Amino acid sequence: MTHPLHIGFIPLVDAAALIVAVDKGFTAAEGLDVTLVREVSWSNVRDKLNIGLFDAAHLLAPVAIASSLGLGHVKVPIAAPFNLGLNGNAITVSPALHAAIMAELDGDRYDPMATALALSRVVATRRKSGAEPLTFGMTFPFSTHNYQLRFWMAAGGVDPDEDVRLVVLPPPYMVDSLANGHVDAFCVGAPWNSVAVDSGVGQILHFVSDILVRAAEKVLAVRQSWSDKNPQVVAALVRAAFRAAEFIEQPQNRAEAARMLAEPDRIGVDAGVIQRTLDGRLKISPDGTMRESSRYLLVARQDAARPDPVQAAWLYAQMVRWGQTSFSPEALQTAKAVFRPDLYDAALGQEGKGADAAETIGAFAGPPFDANDIGAHLAAFAIGRRIS
Amino acid sequence: MDALPERESPMGADQSPKIVIVDESPIRAAILEEGLREAGFTGVVHISEMQSLLARIYALDPDVILIDLENPSRDILEQMFQVSRAVRRPIAMFVDQSDAASIQASVDAGVSAYIVDGLKKERVKPILDLCISRFNAFAKLQGELDRAKSALEDRKVIDRAKGILMKLKGLTEDEAYVLLRSTAMREKKKIGEIAQSILTASELLK
Repeated sequence: MTHPLHIGFIPLVDAAALIVAVDKGFTAAEGLDVTLVREVSWSNVRDKLNIGLFDAAHLLAPVAIASSLGLGHVKVPIAAPFNLGLNGNAITVSPALHAAIMAELDGDRYDPMATALALSRVVATRRKSGAEPLTFGMTFPFSTHNYQLRFWMAAGGVDPDEDVRLVVLPPPYMVDSLANGHVDAFCVGAPWNSVAVDSGVGQILHFVSDILVRAAEKVLAVRQSWSDKNPQVVAALVRAAFRAAEFIEQPQNRAEAARMLAEPDRIGVDAGVIQRTLDGRLKISPDGTMRESSRYLLVARQDAARPDPVQAAWLYAQMVRWGQTSFSPEALQTAKAVFRPDLYDAALGQEGKGADAAETIGAFAGPPFDANDIGAHLAAFAIGRRIS
Repeated sequence: MDALPERESPMGADQSPKIVIVDESPIRAAILEEGLREAGFTGVVHISEMQSLLARIYALDPDVILIDLENPSRDILEQMFQVSRAVRRPIAMFVDQSDAASIQASVDAGVSAYIVDGLKKERVKPILDLCISRFNAFAKLQGELDRAKSALEDRKVIDRAKGILMKLKGLTEDEAYVLLRSTAMREKKKIGEIAQSILTASELLK
């Protein structure tokens, strides 16, 4: 018996495991008849998942948590049985801002503390001269991009709510907005950083993996109620996504995967750009400078696909730090329970378990993150917007 | 380009809530705006330019914002929940979850609403209902237009296929058409499909 499923996604490279699962036939092999629906906004993906027009979705991890907590919108408990990727975002800045940061840089250009401190000097100089505050684009209020930008700049003393402007921009508008000066920088997933570099309007300042060793990015999200009623379907979907993720991680399959993802009804950008992202080998400057990272985007390796509740706790801590919600121990438990390693293990057994990752978060600033002591995490940072 | 000039209704001059329509389709926006005006909602402003969207909305200070779901800028509106400096915080429609059917109907129709906190629900409901029916009417219109276009396309293809048959087989136009129709019936396909395959074959054999 085949199960017809509608699954929503946003055209980004971190939807790779989902898209390849369908287009390479891994879902069909599990008896699932999946229709992928390309969407234009995270709000749409969230709403269509919430009201049942989608059975599952490629979703920003913080949106899954916010939806379960009822923050900003209707409260619908979400389960995330599969992590569609760790890391994968980058911070891209305009050539002018890049030059300004480099002129103030005291240290390694890939050291996020050095660049954050340089940014704070740039911000101070601009304020003295009466210039407009710098504007940073990110994809959604409840997004990893928002928290990663904030974490980075605040570590250097830049208050993201006072010293600069943070604005939401849909990913396809990022590059144009940087080109026309609407924003000075942005944090977004692939392929948009590379598109900005290729078109000569931006420089990649950081891979997000400079800021956090492991950061949950997108999850495969289902409604918790639906998951409870359809455990076999969830397991089949997890297995198919896992096979696809393993397929993508084999270097000899990357070109084929990139071609599938490049199709116009999928991500719809050049396959070469997509493959650079999967390989973690990116052009970071219009002058042709390349940079390679083994942690740029983790799809399956280093246990990346197994949901880690510590990641959910970290994201919840950022919501509290920046005043999107007030802290409560119950809400922390709800947030952690969104990430479902139990469903992942039920689907894959021993097969899904890779080598244990040494670091759970691995942030460049502050003490190691303890999911059971959010208070200590928040107390470690001077800048924040905690609601008491 | 705005399809209609913006009109700023003076605050407090009437009790009609100020409604902003964010839609890049000028026709759909006009249909919706007309419906709202007929229903007595006089303070309606259409924004079709997505540049500086938030700044424009803050300047207009609406009670209700309507946006189509094909618009990526919807995520920009979600930011309004976060901005504490905005005096009047808009909220997503029916965030109290008491009306799941309305949410479903509006998503199905392809529209979403944001409503300023404190506006009474019974005042919002007629706006949203009207919005849903106008969006559905527009989708129906669009569907009819698409069908008409594809019928026109089919006719062009059939005419060209007839021409090829007339030339290659020395048939009259009527005979060519009869041949197309009988082939379509035999193969259980549409005449347009048979005509298209003749065009494709003739391209290949050129």
